[in-house]
Amino acid sequence: MIAAARTGAIPHAVSPGLWTLAWKRLKSDHVGMVSLAIVAAFIVLMILSAAGLIAGDWAKETGVNYAPPSFLGADIEAAVQKAAVTPAAGTAGEPASESEPRTTGVDPAAGAVPEPKDGTQPADATAAESGGDAGKSVDPLADVMADIKAGAAREAAKGGAVVAQARAATLPLGGDKWGRDVLKKTIKGSQTSIFVGLAAAAVAVFLGTVFGALAGYYGRWVDDFFNWFYSVFSSIPYLLLILAVAAVLQQKGILTIILILGLTGWTGTFRLIRGEYLKHKAREYVQAADAIGASHTRRIFVHIFPNVSHVVLVQLSIYAVGFIKAEVILSFLGFGVPVDVVSWGSMLNEAQNELILGKWWQLASAGTAMALLVTAFSLFTDALRDALDPKLKGRAGT
Amino acid sequence: MNDAMDPLVRVRNLEVSFRIDRDVVFEAVKRVSFDIPQDTTVALVGESGSGKSVTALALLGLLPPENSIIGADSEVLFGGGNVLRRSAPELRAMRGADISMIFQEPMTSLNPVFTVGFQLIEVLRLHMGMGPGQARKRAIELLDEVGIPDAEFKINAYPSQMSGGQQQRVMIAMAIACEPKLLIADEPTTALDVTIQKQILDLIAALQKKRRMSVLFITHDLAVVGEIADYVVVMLNGEIREQGPAQQVFENPQDAYTQALLKCRPQLDRRPMRLPVIDDYMDGRTVGSRDMSERRRGVDPDDAIVLEVNGLGKDFYSREGLFGKRKFEAVKNVSFRLPKGKTLGLVGESGSGKTTVGLTLMRLHEASAGEAIFEGRDLLAMSPKDFMAYKRRIQIIFQNPYASLNPRFIVGEILTEPMQLHGIGGSAQERTELAFELLHKVGLPEASFYKYPHEFSGGQRQRIAIARCLTMKPDILICDESVSALDVSVQAQVLNLLQDLQDEYRLSYIFISHDLAVVKYISDQIMVMNEGEIVEIADADDIYRNPRQPYTQRLLASIPKGWQGPRTA
Repeated sequence: MIAAARTGAIPHAVSPGLWTLAWKRLKSDHVGMVSLAIVAAFIVLMILSAAGLIAGDWAKETGVNYAPPSFLGADIEAAVQKAAVTPAAGTAGEPASESEPRTTGVDPAAGAVPEPKDGTQPADATAAESGGDAGKSVDPLADVMADIKAGAAREAAKGGAVVAQARAATLPLGGDKWGRDVLKKTIKGSQTSIFVGLAAAAVAVFLGTVFGALAGYYGRWVDDFFNWFYSVFSSIPYLLLILAVAAVLQQKGILTIILILGLTGWTGTFRLIRGEYLKHKAREYVQAADAIGASHTRRIFVHIFPNVSHVVLVQLSIYAVGFIKAEVILSFLGFGVPVDVVSWGSMLNEAQNELILGKWWQLASAGTAMALLVTAFSLFTDALRDALDPKLKGRAGT
Repeated sequence: MNDAMDPLVRVRNLEVSFRIDRDVVFEAVKRVSFDIPQDTTVALVGESGSGKSVTALALLGLLPPENSIIGADSEVLFGGGNVLRRSAPELRAMRGADISMIFQEPMTSLNPVFTVGFQLIEVLRLHMGMGPGQARKRAIELLDEVGIPDAEFKINAYPSQMSGGQQQRVMIAMAIACEPKLLIADEPTTALDVTIQKQILDLIAALQKKRRMSVLFITHDLAVVGEIADYVVVMLNGEIREQGPAQQVFENPQDAYTQALLKCRPQLDRRPMRLPVIDDYMDGRTVGSRDMSERRRGVDPDDAIVLEVNGLGKDFYSREGLFGKRKFEAVKNVSFRLPKGKTLGLVGESGSGKTTVGLTLMRLHEASAGEAIFEGRDLLAMSPKDFMAYKRRIQIIFQNPYASLNPRFIVGEILTEPMQLHGIGGSAQERTELAFELLHKVGLPEASFYKYPHEFSGGQRQRIAIARCLTMKPDILICDESVSALDVSVQAQVLNLLQDLQDEYRLSYIFISHDLAVVKYISDQIMVMNEGEIVEIADADDIYRNPRQPYTQRLLASIPKGWQGPRTA
């Protein structure tokens, strides 16, 4: 209303506010700007991938099994290929004659899983290669596999060239067990990981902010109640809490992970925001707001909140970093994303078996991508904090 | 003064700048030169931002090295060398032993988790190389010397167990422990009550004479300077405007700024219609051209009463033990009547409950007892809903203009918000126009509407706070130390503004302050409070001319008198 009056009535430049000034300071921070660019690039990647513009076909098996990264060269590749495939399929997989041994390899599993009419490989391969833990491949995933197969079948019916399509001997960043492109997997995985990180951070910071604001502002029994709640939450070991929430929610999925992380992660923000509100509610400008007749809600959200919003923003980015890592850990432990979804965590989970075979590239891509994003995000958070609270910078430096 | 002797400290062409940004440099001190003779008190006087504290820090070599730039030919000659070129270990040896410093806030200068004895003994052992027993004995002597009663016992006290005045005495004891040649006192009495201020000033003066050391006394208050200084240096914006012996500066000031400083401060014996402001002097307008007639103050018996307070009380409770509560009566049985269009001054030392009275009347604190009758209704007994209608009628201007404006709102929002909440002005357009009108009224340019509070100086911010109150067209305005945080020159402007507004709108003020000269200037009636109770209530002139209660007499006797002619040394 006021804003409308301001912008409507007066053709006047509004003075730079805190955000404008902070942005100015941030712009002069080279490290901050580079990390912001990296984070922004990742987010653009995430959006493009979510929109299906890139890496939509990540599940397609475009390369040979464990196709090595292109930059490793063909000679090494052959040796590696031999060594790798021998224990798994029992036949030496020459890149040229690759399609034949594959089909034979599929057979044993064919009985266990319903077979689409034209017998394309994707799911069969999964079953065949993970022959060691056959129990896993039989039961709980049957539906999922059927879906995947049906999808593949449809695609095959459309294009008709899937079987005939030659598999690449090398892929830009290598291939996984089923010959899926690791580059595409990493991109698709970043979509899951970043989205989970940001969304969970938003949930956690939102809860922490609201609880903290109410507890800090009202004090007394409201404060006691939230503090009690907080104490109970923080007295339970973190992983146990996550497992408990996972058990209650009863299903795997991205939404579940977001809820797990969001519902368990609000405590830090709560403590911080509560402290800020305790401090601010005694400030004269809040008393002045009381004196002019502003209601409690108005004081909490219109008067005080803008003054603590920079804390919230910094918390949000700290949490995003933490939750990206947490998602990876959860997926690594097997509580994360379902098998038909790829995330950095599930890639690392796969990588632990591959590493024994000397296939390091999946680990390297997922690890590098994550390290890059997390480092950039952390540096950006630091720069953001400095920009929003320039006094802190000098103090930390001395 | 010993002019024959070499001065103790010689400051030559001191130039200090601070790097604020990559390309912004702020010149804090611009080529300043002055001497501190031996066995003399030199006062460095200036308003905030004049560079007086930076100068003192330069003397001690305490400027932050990472962002301060010292001019190439700057010199601070002390003890046969340039302090500005000394190494860190040399400086450390010099500080404490040769030059020591006392700060404004004794409460934050002492470490709260150690006893004062421990902190004092530490200084003695570090700098004087004394043994534990000897240092303890010396510490007791020092505490005794600075006037701490029962020093033997108080040496084991923690800072929190002492009053502000005693803490400042301990700081002084620490500063003189190593028998420095120069004591730098940076606003040592600003945070203290007026009666304590008097004692500390007397103490510093006595120590200076006894120990024959030099004192560099930094302050904004010329009245204090008049009491203590032999030699005065007046600074403005990093430059020296005038320097000379106290007598010359006070009796025959040459510089317009010095003249203005001397005249802007309300004086106890005069009450002009308007206080002169710095600009009057800086622009060269002559003193005679202004209206110098005296304003008549006082309450007539037939004045209409706008607010009647009866038996107001406010208790605070602190928890004691598991279930116990301890009652602290901040305000006890306070009754007064506020006439329309007049000012009631409320004076008292810290802890006297004067601010609590203001906040309780605003219902920012809940009253424990009593009533406040406004237009026939008791404000304190109303439901919050009923009170909403009356809220705008009583408004408050807080002490600290840096804290009382929301930093995230532009001035326009600050001004239109109360109107919106109380439904004043029909439309947003109308409210905006009203805001412009009020900005004009308090003497701020229209462009202020779009600015954030941090872009204004303290005085301008206080004007914004006043304008915010005026948006609600109040009947009563409570000024809670509203000019105490402001520089002398700005103080005069704000006081004039308040006076103009009272003349125009017939506002009633409750003017709360510890500054007796200001209260005397603005008030018709004065209420003196001590420990939550009213000591005395009378017309302003009567109370100053003829204080009845011993407490009032003591309070009035402590007011710094300024220059009273040359002291006999």
